[in-house]
Amino acid sequence: MASESIAIGAIDEPRQSIGEWLTGWVTTVDHKRLGILYILYSLLMLVIGGVEATIMRIQLIVPHNHFVSPEVFNRMFTMHGTTMIFFVAMPILFGFGTYLIPLMVGARDMAFPRLNALSFWLTAFGGSLLYFSFVGGNGLYGAGNAPDVGWFAYAPLTSRAFSVGHSTDFWTLAILVSGIGSIGTAVNFITTILCMRCPGMTLGKMPLLAWLNLVTGGLVILAVSPLTAAQIMLCVDRYLGGHFFDTQAGGSAVLWMHFFWIFGHPEVYVLVIPCFAFASEIIPVFSRKPIFGYPVMVAATVAIGFVSMSVWAHHMFAIGMSSYGNTFFTVTTMIISVPTGIKIFNWIGTMWGGKILLRAPMLFCIGFLFQFLIAGLTGIMLSSSPFNWQLTGSYFVVAHFHYVIVGAILFTIFGAFYYWFPKMSGRMYHEGLAQAHFWLFLIGFHLTFDFMHIPGILGMPRRIYTYEPGRGWDIWNLIVTIGVFFQIAGVLAFVAGLLWSMFKGQPAGDDPWDAWTLEWSTTSPPPDYNFATIPVVESRRPLWDLKHPEDPDWKYE
Amino acid sequence: MVLSSVINAPPSSHAVWILPSRGRVGMWCLIAAESAVFMIFVVAYVFNIGKSNSGPQPKDVLDLPVFATVCLLSSSLTMHLAVHALRNGRLGAFKLWWFVTLALGTIFLASTGREWYRLIYEHGLTVSTNLFGTTYYSLVGLHAFHVTVGLTAILVAMVLAVLNKVHAEHGERADVFAMYWHFVDAVWVVVFTVVYVVSR
Repeated sequence: MASESIAIGAIDEPRQSIGEWLTGWVTTVDHKRLGILYILYSLLMLVIGGVEATIMRIQLIVPHNHFVSPEVFNRMFTMHGTTMIFFVAMPILFGFGTYLIPLMVGARDMAFPRLNALSFWLTAFGGSLLYFSFVGGNGLYGAGNAPDVGWFAYAPLTSRAFSVGHSTDFWTLAILVSGIGSIGTAVNFITTILCMRCPGMTLGKMPLLAWLNLVTGGLVILAVSPLTAAQIMLCVDRYLGGHFFDTQAGGSAVLWMHFFWIFGHPEVYVLVIPCFAFASEIIPVFSRKPIFGYPVMVAATVAIGFVSMSVWAHHMFAIGMSSYGNTFFTVTTMIISVPTGIKIFNWIGTMWGGKILLRAPMLFCIGFLFQFLIAGLTGIMLSSSPFNWQLTGSYFVVAHFHYVIVGAILFTIFGAFYYWFPKMSGRMYHEGLAQAHFWLFLIGFHLTFDFMHIPGILGMPRRIYTYEPGRGWDIWNLIVTIGVFFQIAGVLAFVAGLLWSMFKGQPAGDDPWDAWTLEWSTTSPPPDYNFATIPVVESRRPLWDLKHPEDPDWKYE
Repeated sequence: MVLSSVINAPPSSHAVWILPSRGRVGMWCLIAAESAVFMIFVVAYVFNIGKSNSGPQPKDVLDLPVFATVCLLSSSLTMHLAVHALRNGRLGAFKLWWFVTLALGTIFLASTGREWYRLIYEHGLTVSTNLFGTTYYSLVGLHAFHVTVGLTAILVAMVLAVLNKVHAEHGERADVFAMYWHFVDAVWVVVFTVVYVVSR
């Protein structure tokens, strides 16, 4: 069994010293090792970001609570948002992409393996910079001081006058550095997908995961670059005394909002499109049917990619745009729900009449379908600018975007984790713990984020560190915080299952799911070179063709 | 059923399997990302034209950098000639044109430096003087930074060429690099138009 396998969970790895093992991981340019590094790094950051969220929720469990000070609360929501977006969601999705794309397109590595390693280490360095602010934020004297300007860091909060010390500098440098890493990864994804496909894999025969990551790569290039530019401007303002966002010298605080959200909204699609990709791989395998409407899926994704570049100012309805601006961004935001809705129909069409297996990856994907639908519906509510004026900056908005990021994105990431864990480690995960993880997390998620909508409608603003009793918010905040503990229990089941499966899991074999894409044709875990001979494909489901030579797919495509 | 064995033979349409060059696709992606970065800086410049409260205005202090512009745009042509010569194995012509490109790029950079020296010491315009200073130095400086990166790469290749380590088989790589150089020149056309024509 795979003696040339990679180290994690390997079954008969030759003995090596700790130093050799560490050097192997630090100096690696192998896409599989880098993918696993990305995923482990993100899981660590997920725990840190989760602790920050828990601190906030404990503070808000009852009115007039004194668990943390207002200053610490501000740091917690800033660090929580920045961590979860830039150092959990993006790197974990890049990790899966880095691991899976070469395997799924039948290549032996990414197009630029060293750039791949550089991108990972830049991302990791960015996260370290962000967290170093706890130590160095005040310039290494006095107590530590993390950034407290909110994850979108509106001007003039970030100016020297309002952000003394170095905490905001650490924030901006962390985003700048990890942004350059993200752009490198996007370049690598696109180049790998376009230039490294195995013979026969035309664009129309690529797995949907490759297609969707191609679109994601394009979005990262077009969306993260403006953020990088804006961070350079912020550095110029803070270090060289520039006036980009300095309204007293004629600069514009609203310009920062535009630059941030030109990144910020496509970013949502940067995060959710790879999750659509996971769902598009997992749902067919666990419904025992090919994906319904492959070309429509691709077209819808490309359409989302285009439209997502013109919706950003729906984050800014309250700043006083012209009525034409409000109308334009209301309309584009409503339009983008059309291709998104098409996708939901495609996944349901795939499940319809299928032989559905309710294993953990599929459970998470079904959860995703329901929760993403609700997130989309509250999104359409918020897209309407008059409605938005009522609810902007309230807990309704917080509940809405957590419904997307946790209910849709994190759920599919967990599903993807269980689906590809056997391939990455060579061992099966623990189904019982995985099911416990799903149900606990599902209950916790709904307790927290369903009930979070209500105090928002009742007028509770986001980012307040405490509130008056008797406004009708008390019971809802209590329920929301109780849900957090169910989520923590779910994550503990996840970690327990991960550790148990790494060491005690049953050997998985090459193809435990009887799946159809190329990564399942090689050993688990795959050898350094992925494929002994480069595969040749004739259809979108090469392994189906191999297993069913009497009825291959290419006859019908 | 009789035909099934014939039908089941896979359609080997990929007898010739040609994919795009990795270098070119990667460079196009980089150019797209850089274009987005420059676009944000150009927007910031244009948005802030005429919004400075005090200090020098573009029309008071800027002169058209005609000579520098001619040098930079010509360097695209000499770069093209150099790569063309390299691909055809004419190494002498390659070294000549490559050196001319290096020289033209250096003249451009020196001219930007001289302009900045004049603005700082004669007109007292720095990044912090006013909004024009902030946006001007950022946009022109970002471009000059890209020229510097390009010149560094050209210099490294020049040294390798003098040591006779550059041969016709490196033509593809030189070609990919040339895409970057042409992009930097194209950006200058935009920067020139916005800074020296529109805002002056």
